[in-house]
Amino acid sequence: MVQFSLPENSKIGTGKTYRAPPGARRVREFKIYRWNVDDGKNPVIDTFEIDLDDCGPMVLDALLKIKNEIDTSLGFRRSCREGVCGSCAMNIDGTNTLACIKAIEDVKGAVRIHPLPHLPVIKDLVPELSHAFAQYRLIAPWLECESAPPPDRERLQSEEERGKLDGLWECILCFCCTTACPSYWWNGERYLGPAILLQAYRWIADSRDEKTGERLDALEDPFRLYRCHTIMNCTKTCPKGLNPGRAIAEIKKLLALRR
Amino acid sequence: MRSPERPLSPHISIYRWQLTVLLSGFHRLTGLALAAGTLLLLWWLLAAAAGENAYGVFEAFLRSPLGLLLLFGWTASLFYHLCNGIRHLAWDCGWGFEIKSFYRSGWTVIAAAAALTIIAWIAGLAHWS
Repeated sequence: MVQFSLPENSKIGTGKTYRAPPGARRVREFKIYRWNVDDGKNPVIDTFEIDLDDCGPMVLDALLKIKNEIDTSLGFRRSCREGVCGSCAMNIDGTNTLACIKAIEDVKGAVRIHPLPHLPVIKDLVPELSHAFAQYRLIAPWLECESAPPPDRERLQSEEERGKLDGLWECILCFCCTTACPSYWWNGERYLGPAILLQAYRWIADSRDEKTGERLDALEDPFRLYRCHTIMNCTKTCPKGLNPGRAIAEIKKLLALRR
Repeated sequence: MRSPERPLSPHISIYRWQLTVLLSGFHRLTGLALAAGTLLLLWWLLAAAAGENAYGVFEAFLRSPLGLLLLFGWTASLFYHLCNGIRHLAWDCGWGFEIKSFYRSGWTVIAAAAALTIIAWIAGLAHWS
């Protein structure tokens, strides 16, 4: 359902301000969404003043600095710090991206950080992703074959067949695209969203997979696939430079062509 | 699964407004405007069928500032929806998905819709009597 305003318990207030230490010369404000279950209060935006001369270059460096030196209770996910794990996906300066590969320099003015949009919040910048992962399971993200594999080797692909998976296999399931999609905001219960549809296409496009027809059947649904209206916030925001919008269009094309 | 005590993270209020979402929203709004504008078309046909007096009322309304404003909105909506509809057809063929070409086609649609609206009004006003 389209609901533009936030529910009562989700409306955001103003939180604390942590001033930069005296003598700091290159101060930047970080305005960060805070919520934790123990307070029993609505979310707030805390302001942290950070001296950029004493901080690493990426937004994740600033978050780590805050956690290490200012407020240890700040909650966020992170792991690889080099854009391959997808853990630190969040909304920075209005668009979704990975904090570890987003340079502070690229943000003008205060750095506003929210959790990925339109998800239940577990704590601070940590959103609940179980629904998205349940949708991932729904598309059977594994090779489905009926024929027996060759006895002496793997199922082989030509270079051309393998090439069809480029731009698809690189997806790290950070859900930046899915949570940037207004259609997913309003219909996420039933619409699969760009990340999962790109993954679905990854298996549809795989020459070794033998369940292409069934995969397409499962997607031929007004909500699962066709809530995509080619808004393209997904492709615009993908931190890996992939094109979920095109992957969805390819699925729609295959469905149209097999009629 | 959403447990009831958890807040919903902010979405439309914090997401950056960019051409992608604006043009898509505009496509839907102009679609709604066109559906509403069909009533004007219906009135026109009914008035024409009902005779000179009824048609006079209709014409007087259309020539009023409000009527002209509605007509302008309707033509602008028509041309935008038409141009962006062609863009949608291209996407359905799998064309134009690179962000660069996506933005280029978006600006082209805006320019084309504006140009067609202006041309239509110049042509219309030239026959104004």
